[in-house]
Amino acid sequence: MNKKSKVVSYNKWGYIFLIPFTVIFLIFQLVPLATTIYNSFFENYRSGLTQIGPNFVGLQNYGTIIANGDLPTYFINTMIMWLMGFIPQILLSLLLGAWFTDPSLRLKCQTFFKTVIYLPNLIMASAFAMLFFTLFSDSGPINSMLMQIGVFKEAYQFMSHVWTVRTLVATMNCLMWFGNTTILLMAGMLGIDPSLFEAAQVDGATSTQIFYKITLPLLKPILIFVMITSLIGGLQMFDVPQILTNGTGDPMRSSMTLIMYLNKHLFSKNYGLAGALSVFLFIITGILSLIVFKFTNSEKVK
Amino acid sequence: MKKRIVSLLALATMTATMFAGCGGSDAATEAPADNAATETETTEAAAELPEDTGKVLNIQCWNDEFQSRLKSHYPGYEEVDATHGKIGDVEVVWTITPSTDNAYQNNLDEALLAQESAAADDKVDLFLVEADYALKYVDTDYAMALADLGITDADLADQYTYTQSIVTDSNGKLKGSSWQACSAGFIYNREAAKEILGTDDPDEVQAAVADWDKYNETAAKVADAGYTMCSVNDTFRVYSNNVSGKWVQDGKVILDKNIEKWIDDSKALVDAKAEDTDDLWGDDWAKGKNPEGKVFCYFGPAWFFNFCLNADDPASIASKGGWGYCVGPQSYYWGGTWICAATGTDNANLVKDIILKMTTDKAILKDIATQDQDCVNSKSVLADLASSDDGNIALLGGQNPYKQLADGAEKVDLSNISAYDQGCNEELQKAAKNYFQGNATKEEALDMFKKAIVEKYPELTAE
Repeated sequence: MNKKSKVVSYNKWGYIFLIPFTVIFLIFQLVPLATTIYNSFFENYRSGLTQIGPNFVGLQNYGTIIANGDLPTYFINTMIMWLMGFIPQILLSLLLGAWFTDPSLRLKCQTFFKTVIYLPNLIMASAFAMLFFTLFSDSGPINSMLMQIGVFKEAYQFMSHVWTVRTLVATMNCLMWFGNTTILLMAGMLGIDPSLFEAAQVDGATSTQIFYKITLPLLKPILIFVMITSLIGGLQMFDVPQILTNGTGDPMRSSMTLIMYLNKHLFSKNYGLAGALSVFLFIITGILSLIVFKFTNSEKVK
Repeated sequence: MKKRIVSLLALATMTATMFAGCGGSDAATEAPADNAATETETTEAAAELPEDTGKVLNIQCWNDEFQSRLKSHYPGYEEVDATHGKIGDVEVVWTITPSTDNAYQNNLDEALLAQESAAADDKVDLFLVEADYALKYVDTDYAMALADLGITDADLADQYTYTQSIVTDSNGKLKGSSWQACSAGFIYNREAAKEILGTDDPDEVQAAVADWDKYNETAAKVADAGYTMCSVNDTFRVYSNNVSGKWVQDGKVILDKNIEKWIDDSKALVDAKAEDTDDLWGDDWAKGKNPEGKVFCYFGPAWFFNFCLNADDPASIASKGGWGYCVGPQSYYWGGTWICAATGTDNANLVKDIILKMTTDKAILKDIATQDQDCVNSKSVLADLASSDDGNIALLGGQNPYKQLADGAEKVDLSNISAYDQGCNEELQKAAKNYFQGNATKEEALDMFKKAIVEKYPELTAE
């Protein structure tokens, strides 16, 4: 009797420690999620100072979003800009992480460089975008430099070409987040048992072989984590393109992301349509996260 | 295996929830706003206002323009700091929210909708509106009729009619008053005019830009001389003020012929490099305020002179008196600030006095005109200025523009204004920019415009 009750009393601490998360999750995530879905069935917006609705309209909001066919376009825009930023970012971070954690390189001033590469992340995204907007404006410093060197005869309109705008957005995201990713990957790399590297070296493996055969496979859990957080962060991409293009997503909305589109509905406080859009985003994110999990865990599941 | 899939699913949903939670939080925190209660039965025009009980006068505005006018011209106003002042015992609190991204209106909407339940010291007493969206506020019960404040038609007789028609609600009640009459025209660079047209005399320059055909010819010469005429966004208002119908008719967005002419004319000028596509107020657009910017002209009303031409900067054209003013291709107006009294104010007498003094007192209006170069909303003051040296403006090289400004103010016709003007004008300019820059055909750009309008105003149709 006594022995049994002792075991149970330890178990309860597990539940007690879970309370803070559960409460926060319920209040700030599950309730908003439920109300978002609830809102999506209503016509509910403001015209000037007059409130329209809420009137129950069933699935009409979903129909509107499917009918205008904008969602796939903005989804593709978002993914393009995310990938353009993520691929260079993960490569850069892997390289830097491998260098920083390699004891045989004996890099000096490591702390200094680690701080420096993390610094861009400390700047507010909107300030960063504002800075780029000014740098790359028609009469901005980049243009005047390029014209003085003789690359262009007249100012190049960075903001009116599809791929320059997308590249600028991707560059900013990459610059802002590669430091963060590097530090995460370094933590993962430092967690690998050093005796594995030593054993490989004794067996005569080259540093390339060590990287591909030992570091990468053992880094997988951290890589998955980085992938998923970055993917979700990428889908939520908003402030950088919003500020850079002044909310228009121009040229021709080619740099308009899903959240910028969602933001368009806030002008009229259109909770119904915005709610339906959010539900679509929820489904998209869910599917993408599942795919990433499946894909990266496929060997183990077998 | 099954367990694994379940846990994966749980994990994925959780991550997705994190995301959707963020995206949807705006929708979730909103309280079901009650329908704008329209119970106010206008009490018989009370000649006697209740005594002021408020200790705080709350003013909502978007920049410090009105604040600086009040500071320099309203008797008894003392400045405390950038957002606080004092009139007698009453504390004046300024809530300044920039207009960018609609922030001012969003803020004002919330403040007015909460007016009834707000504490006495937090109630909005005065708020300012611009012409583009004046109807959105004026045509509701949130703005007080001037007659209810005891301001009579006789008090306002010297004002230009258009400044009143813009703040008259659908029942014919006047609900605001302005100290400005914002007829606007063509502000040209005298140096460039001498070089290109051989003269900087306002009448002769006017002859060179008297209609759009002549304007386009002049623009070609300007481009040949290495100058840019201006931005397409500068000319937009000139076209959009001379439309033949409202933007929205029977819930449908209508593209007027004159707007279409703007698109076609501008495209030709942009292709010929005679105009650029800079957004108003941006750095690229502002470069023409200095001689190196090589910009021939701006379009603007009187407030443009002292608010937008950087006369304080010794390197600017304005500091050397290098601008000239003429009417331009078509008469139009731009902006202006209207003072509205908020329903529920507890400082009605003070509000009444501010409106009367700032918008009808001739001595004050004359001071405003001479000190701040505002084109004031008073026929007699403007006539006065047009015929005296007081109306000469240094940054226009000593030119007296008041004759043109007064004539323009008489001609302004606001019968085609609607509550949707601001949204429609902004979205059309944004969409057309894609066409001008060669990123879309005209049809694609117009489709983009229609799409943006329906997003902004879900109650409208655009096809």
